Amino acid sequence: MTWESSAITITTLLPILGALAILLVPRDRERMVRGFGILFTGAALVLSIAMMIGFDYGTDGLQYELDVNWISAIGARFHVGIDGISMPLYVLTFLLSFLCAVYTWRFVPDPGRTKAFLALMLLLETGMAGTFIAFDLILFFVFWEMVLVPMYFLIGIWGSANREYAAIKFFLYTLFGSVFMLLGFLALYFNGPEPHTFDLVKLTEFGAGGGYAHTFQLIVFGAVALGFAIKVPMWPFHTWLPDAHTEAPTIGSVLLAGIMLKMGTYGFIRIALPMLPEGAQAYAPWIGVLAAIAIVYAALACLAQRDLKRLIAFSSVGHMGFVMLGIATLTEIGIQAAVFGMVAHGVITGMLFFCVGSIYDRYHTRQIAELGGGMAQRMPKLAGVFAFVAIASLGLPGLAGFWGEVMALLSAFRPNEALLGDHVGLFRGLMVAGGIGTILTAGYFLWMLQRVNMGTMPERWNEHALGDIHSVEWLSWTPLLVLIIALGLFPRLIFGISQEAVSGIMAVLGQGG
Amino acid sequence: MSVDYHAILPELILAGTIMLVLVVDLFLPARLKSASMAIGLLGVLASLGAVLTLLGEERATFGGSFVIDNFAILFKVFFLVAAVIVLAVSRRYFDQPGYYQGEYYFLLLTSFLGCLLMPSSRDLLMLFISLELVSAPGFLMAAFRKWDVTGVEGGLKFFLIGVLSTAVMLFGMSLIYGLTGGETRLDAIAVALGELDPSQESMALASILFVVVGFAFKVSAFPFQFWAPDTYEGAPVPVAAFLAVASKAAGFAGLLQLMFVAFIGQHEFWVPIFAFLSIATMTIGNLVALQQKQFVRLLAYSGIAQAGYMLLPFALVTNDQAVNQQAFASATGYILIYGIMNLGAFAVAVALSKRSPRLLISDFAGVARVAPFLAVGMTLFMVSLAGVPPAAGFWAKILIFGAAIARGDVIGPVLAAIMVVNSVISVFYYLAVARQMIFQPAEDTTPLRTPVLVAGAVGLSMAALLFFFLLPGTFSKLADISTLVG
Repeated sequence: MTWESSAITITTLLPILGALAILLVPRDRERMVRGFGILFTGAALVLSIAMMIGFDYGTDGLQYELDVNWISAIGARFHVGIDGISMPLYVLTFLLSFLCAVYTWRFVPDPGRTKAFLALMLLLETGMAGTFIAFDLILFFVFWEMVLVPMYFLIGIWGSANREYAAIKFFLYTLFGSVFMLLGFLALYFNGPEPHTFDLVKLTEFGAGGGYAHTFQLIVFGAVALGFAIKVPMWPFHTWLPDAHTEAPTIGSVLLAGIMLKMGTYGFIRIALPMLPEGAQAYAPWIGVLAAIAIVYAALACLAQRDLKRLIAFSSVGHMGFVMLGIATLTEIGIQAAVFGMVAHGVITGMLFFCVGSIYDRYHTRQIAELGGGMAQRMPKLAGVFAFVAIASLGLPGLAGFWGEVMALLSAFRPNEALLGDHVGLFRGLMVAGGIGTILTAGYFLWMLQRVNMGTMPERWNEHALGDIHSVEWLSWTPLLVLIIALGLFPRLIFGISQEAVSGIMAVLGQGG
Repeated sequence: MSVDYHAILPELILAGTIMLVLVVDLFLPARLKSASMAIGLLGVLASLGAVLTLLGEERATFGGSFVIDNFAILFKVFFLVAAVIVLAVSRRYFDQPGYYQGEYYFLLLTSFLGCLLMPSSRDLLMLFISLELVSAPGFLMAAFRKWDVTGVEGGLKFFLIGVLSTAVMLFGMSLIYGLTGGETRLDAIAVALGELDPSQESMALASILFVVVGFAFKVSAFPFQFWAPDTYEGAPVPVAAFLAVASKAAGFAGLLQLMFVAFIGQHEFWVPIFAFLSIATMTIGNLVALQQKQFVRLLAYSGIAQAGYMLLPFALVTNDQAVNQQAFASATGYILIYGIMNLGAFAVAVALSKRSPRLLISDFAGVARVAPFLAVGMTLFMVSLAGVPPAAGFWAKILIFGAAIARGDVIGPVLAAIMVVNSVISVFYYLAVARQMIFQPAEDTTPLRTPVLVAGAVGLSMAALLFFFLLPGTFSKLADISTLVG
């Protein structure tokens, strides 16, 4: 096996290996457990970066491909590969997981049990990373479902007060969507080309060539989209998210917001759109409407939140709305915006959850009213970072959050004319709604900063030791802070990678005007 | 008529063991009574060895009413492995005053003998004998805790409903015997029913229904599921494991042969019936399971729901043999995987029964602290029953979904969608068990020591589930034994 063909397998499965290694470490060797967590996530990150360096950015198509027999009876294969859309998300997965492991060096949520915590986190990492490189529907589904159990336990054991409710709600909700998605996959399989195959590349070719009947596409797109939409989550399927985010431990929220939500939007781009183009065409206006509702609704909901973490959770719904709006336009710019938005949101919101986690760690409350403001007085660095990230999240030009949103709105101005020619007016309306959403977004973030950072700190915090940013926090945060600036200044960092692959998808969908 | 003794060797060995257990028990002193279990275990292993010598063979004896083929061997291996696990967890449970151990092992092995015969039976008479051989000792074992009124009640309920449904089934069989002019072989019945005079058609359909009733009872399908929760709860836990796994699988092994071989020509008549049975069974099982507070009752209702899933492939039968093969394979695969995960769950229940004799789910609080291995095992079994990775139950569900979607039409996807909703509902109560064990603090923090045999049974089930999850290829090959169909 050469590096070319085995890179993905090794990198993706390394965390599982790490999970096993951690389970073998004696319980009392706490430092060693945490060290192993950093070691394995770090090694996987290095490998993924090595892959990114060796990646050929000039071509569309899969690289580091491996396609071997897996379950011959049903023709499911172990087909993995990576292209320009997968690459940023794949590396982001390893980056955030590594930073989480670093963060865990100091901060292990109650009730401790670091071994189980890190082992589950590593299992989760493999599941998430695998979703982005699987090019076989069954393999994709296995990875997709593999994240459920670890995340359930991460929320259920290490979460805050209402954790059990949130955990089971998360599990049931996402499972509900994904089993319908599975039925859709099976339908794609049995109505696909002979011999039947689950191979994403072959099915995409078949679907792009108009292989699936129109009615079939409408039904199956509905089933598959339900699974993805719940994961994203699109309004009105978002209700699991605020609970899960709020109750999850910091690491859980970071990974949930940073990566897991992207599995849904990635699924739209990778599977639903190219395989079922007519379905996409029919559903796109609806998706666009739901996305615009999500943007405005989430912003309004944020204005009403009292819990800091819940506020960030709702802001995720809005940001994912921009991503979905971009996808719904079925244009190259829109999908580019979506890919960029996914990465930017992963970096920014992941960072926001880190901040909120650290704030909670100091104050032991997340209620904005109880925090009472004045954080900039006692913890200027933490307040500064928090403000910086919040401003990045509201889409300030020059920072990472800007490009995804502005390009999504831009694409909504001119949706794909060949496919959505009848709906140009609708999409322009959605653009206006999205624009209003950005204003509201700026509003709630600034108001949040005003209530948390500004003002004078209430006296009741005087006797509490509120330490500023710890060195471990700096270590785990710096890469994200650098990325926020870098992506904002050099958006080509993402666009350059995803360009060819997105063009490939557009070739399938039909370019239009 | 010459008898192929090699073909019936596994049954012969097991029958010999049964006699031996009964006789040896007479001479054992009270403190060595559990030696019966060791003898039984050796006999089962020897029988398993005998089955393995038949691997890949096609044999028939007794005029073709006893057949060895892939289907039969697969089920025999499964039943013998199940016997090993049930025996392993029995010792811990029965080795205490008040139980007649020798008699128990005798009855248990006799039931397993019936299980072994079932997948080889290819005529009505053999099927009936096998079914009764499974059931009759089961009636006794279910009431084995005779000092406990719930045990007696469960046993009696089991007996009465069992006898009634057997009578109905036997009536149906006799009608078929008459209608087909004295045929008992399954393939001959299929031919004869196909050539039936149209005026006798309705009689034939009625008799098919009667026969289905007998098996519906065995697999605890709606509306014959009432006995299951009471009987499981009242019976000793290993017996409940036997009833929930081996006895149910035997029922399905018989039902598969009847529907896919003997009555295949009448599928247009019975497919809607099975669709209804399947939907009603899984929905009722799941909804009632949500309310359960006692673990064995929970498993009973979950078993009813799972029986509904296993009945689904029956509702997919068409004229297309390729579709039928897939349906057949998916049902077989599901039954076997279901067996493994359920045996594991019962093994954990046996291990916990000393700590919390009533096996209330609320008693499981904090098991993760006192016995992490059991908690991890139970979580895996529950996750597998729910059909979520990483465990083999995931593939079992996919097999059935696949068969349903492959059937096409409207009925396949609709049935699949109903099953999907049901399996999501089921996640709630399955995870509730894991939640109790892991999320809740322990009241009783004395470490729980698991006997080696029980731990072995749990470990074996876990290993099998993980193995089949990672390498479903081996499993799908096993399930691809549509020798009976087409």
